[in-house]
Amino acid sequence: MEDSKSHTRRDFIRILSMGALAGLSMGSLACTRDAVEEFLQKGFQEMTEEEKKQVIRRLEAKYLKKYGKAFHISTQPADTGVLWGYGLDLSRCIGCRRCVYACVKENNLSRTNPQLHWIRVIRLKKGSLINLENSEHYYNPETVPEPGFMYMPVQCQQCENPPCVRVCPVKATWKEPDGIVVVDYNWCIGCRYCIAACPYKGRVFNWAEPNIPSAELNTEVHYLGNRPRMKNVVEKCTFCIQRTKQGRYPACLEICPTGARKFGNLLDPNSEIRYLIENKRVFRLKEDLNTEPKFYYFFSA
Amino acid sequence: MEAWRFFKKTVNMVFFGTRGYYLWCAFLLTIIGVAITFYIDQLDAGLIVTNMRDQVSWGLYIGNFTYLVGVAAAAVLLVIPAYIYHFDPIKEIVVLGELLAASAIIMALMFVLADLGRPDRFWHIIPFIGTLSFPKSLLAWDVIVLNGYLVLNTLVPIYILVKSYFGKEPNKKFVIPLVLLSIPLAVGIHTVTAFLYNGLAARPFWNASILAPRFLASAFCSGPALAIIIFQILRKTAGMKIKNEALFKISELIAYSMFINLFLLGAELFKEYYTGTIHLAPMEYLYQGLHGHNSLVPWIWSAMFMNITAFVIFLIPKTRENLITLNIGSLFIIVGVWIEKGLGLIVPGFIPDPLGEIYEYMPNITEIFVSLGIWAFGLLIFTLFMRIAIPIQRGDFIHSKYAKATIRRQYERIKP
Amino acid sequence: MKIILLFISLITIGFSLPASAAQHDDYPVSPPPFSEGIFPCSNCHAGLEVNAKKRELKDEHTAIKLRHAEQERWCLDCHSARNRDKLKLADGEAVNFTESYRLCGQCHGNIYRDWKAGIHGKRIGFFKGGKRTYFLCVNCHNPHDPKFKPIKPEPPPIRPEATHGRQ
Repeated sequence: MEDSKSHTRRDFIRILSMGALAGLSMGSLACTRDAVEEFLQKGFQEMTEEEKKQVIRRLEAKYLKKYGKAFHISTQPADTGVLWGYGLDLSRCIGCRRCVYACVKENNLSRTNPQLHWIRVIRLKKGSLINLENSEHYYNPETVPEPGFMYMPVQCQQCENPPCVRVCPVKATWKEPDGIVVVDYNWCIGCRYCIAACPYKGRVFNWAEPNIPSAELNTEVHYLGNRPRMKNVVEKCTFCIQRTKQGRYPACLEICPTGARKFGNLLDPNSEIRYLIENKRVFRLKEDLNTEPKFYYFFSA
Repeated sequence: MEAWRFFKKTVNMVFFGTRGYYLWCAFLLTIIGVAITFYIDQLDAGLIVTNMRDQVSWGLYIGNFTYLVGVAAAAVLLVIPAYIYHFDPIKEIVVLGELLAASAIIMALMFVLADLGRPDRFWHIIPFIGTLSFPKSLLAWDVIVLNGYLVLNTLVPIYILVKSYFGKEPNKKFVIPLVLLSIPLAVGIHTVTAFLYNGLAARPFWNASILAPRFLASAFCSGPALAIIIFQILRKTAGMKIKNEALFKISELIAYSMFINLFLLGAELFKEYYTGTIHLAPMEYLYQGLHGHNSLVPWIWSAMFMNITAFVIFLIPKTRENLITLNIGSLFIIVGVWIEKGLGLIVPGFIPDPLGEIYEYMPNITEIFVSLGIWAFGLLIFTLFMRIAIPIQRGDFIHSKYAKATIRRQYERIKP
Repeated sequence: MKIILLFISLITIGFSLPASAAQHDDYPVSPPPFSEGIFPCSNCHAGLEVNAKKRELKDEHTAIKLRHAEQERWCLDCHSARNRDKLKLADGEAVNFTESYRLCGQCHGNIYRDWKAGIHGKRIGFFKGGKRTYFLCVNCHNPHDPKFKPIKPEPPPIRPEATHGRQ
């Protein structure tokens, strides 16, 4: 009698513990299923359309949970017959930095700890054109422009021959057919070789988890552009890929109070950018490095 | 049964030893423990806990990585005399030299891992499973050659040791080609690492053709110098038979390498200072200070003093063959080359940054402790390698068929 | 014969007039930045006498300080004296305030050319597939005092040295 009782008691405990274990593991599996999916996610360039849709669904759910806002993530591919180019009128830039902060808002950049800026405006002494050794990054006068100085905003130059793409060991960054150099934030391993390779300080690193106030989140995003990033990956200007694919001007261009910024399709002979390349004297930074940037500086006056 | 005996005796050798051994291991394990806490913090909060920023995006970790690849490459210096010149006193330390190289490569790879922002995505870099960007990216080349060198430098010693354990001579037809292969591979790993920095037009401090030769020259100083110190320690603690002639021969080769290193440095200094273009800025920052920023200046001048003094010590046969000056010279080279190639190469490459900004980078406590932890781990691995390899080499740890009835008393430091 | 010739010349003039009037292009511009209630000007000026003497205005429009080639000209060189609801070109042609760029373009020809091509000044909205908006010159430049005043810049980036340690 004793034996059969302890038998059933042992069986009962065994069944109970197995059940609990199974339940726990199923439960933990469910909440780590997303983590496992994210870990195993392929590089964007290798994904099929169906896989991309799955990733977008997962990301939109994740952002909804994390930020409480419904994001709309686009994966719209590059148009054919398009090569984006940017123009910057150095005789009009007054160094007000409104472009820097418009970009921060539009592209969901981390505000503090770390503070990420895709655009950096440097102040140069008049008299020598681009002597970067006497550049001042932290000018903070009462008003701009200051006499005797000119201002030059620098951001990713979207090179046709990008050194950053060449050095990435995992192909996490590449040049799209429309000329924009993009980063797959979920594929980047954070080695920062591309930052070492960029001659223009176009790329920045999320040294910690980005801090963006929820009220200022921009929910119209592109997978390769301004969707919220994570810590320890590289990011950079994408010529507002979420805007330009729909024919809208980049955010930095729209906010500039003096109209110093120009944008357009280099392959369209009637575009504004082609007009200024043909009619103004344009130059690009560090042209001797043969990176072939698509960011044209010029002086209109 | 033999396997069980092997396992039991190995465990015995690793976990039991003299008081000095316990202290050494405890010391290393403490450092490793502290380093792990700092690394967990780094994983959790992100790389912001280091002092690296956008302006100087590589620092102490990559500096150590560069130095250690050089140390690993220099194992070749020990191999060449043994197998090409049949210099016998060196033969007995070749295996240990290769295990030193293997430990150095393990440390180098750990430094890369510590520096990675997303080590959880490490699988992206595995060929065929991830998307390794070979041959465009020099980092992809480095992944392949470093791991290949690691495999070679564990395969050959393990083969030789296994053969010795079974009381047999290693098959020269198998070993010699592999050893000969390791010579170009050693030159290869360090050249590829040099090309990593060399191929960046954005960093004129590194974009000089002289970088790869300088790397090799300084590697062939630091690696053997480390070997000289380590083998004297092993001679004392493990009763290894290493003749002084072997050490002196190595130091003579170091003298020649240091000469080339200093000559190439002089060539670099002339080119930048005499031409005086804007590209002088990083070098000026390093040797004199730039616009009031000069935190690396005392470091590089100490390194220069150490390197030149060591060169003189190794050049003059009298000082070379005196163990005290030999060791001072070796220590000078180990530290001097570390400064020159670690901090003194990586950091000035980023100063001034591509837009002319100067951010003075100095490592902080997190980076220092994680780096010390990795060094401690490498030394621990090397110690454990030695605990097993030396008795096998001596013939004390051998297959039971050949085991002698009595153990030679004078070499009782490590009891298998 | 004379009647036929007159008829032909009338028809020719009739066709050429609209042609000459249409020699300028129309641009989709934003509306002129009028102050509250100031337009149409004829509300006041219809009943006032025209005083064409160059002088400093003392009764009305005293807030306007002309700092735009004020040595060479004054108000009625740009504003049509006969019809204050329009501006006046150099040849006397009256243009609407919505076409004020034609007036500015008379002197600032280079900039007018650039503006027409779309590379002078601000543009917002769509450059393709949607509505492009040109800004009028006066949307950015005050026609009476066009020189931009210096503005306060946005803050500089945080120095990397300041981000060390826990925050």
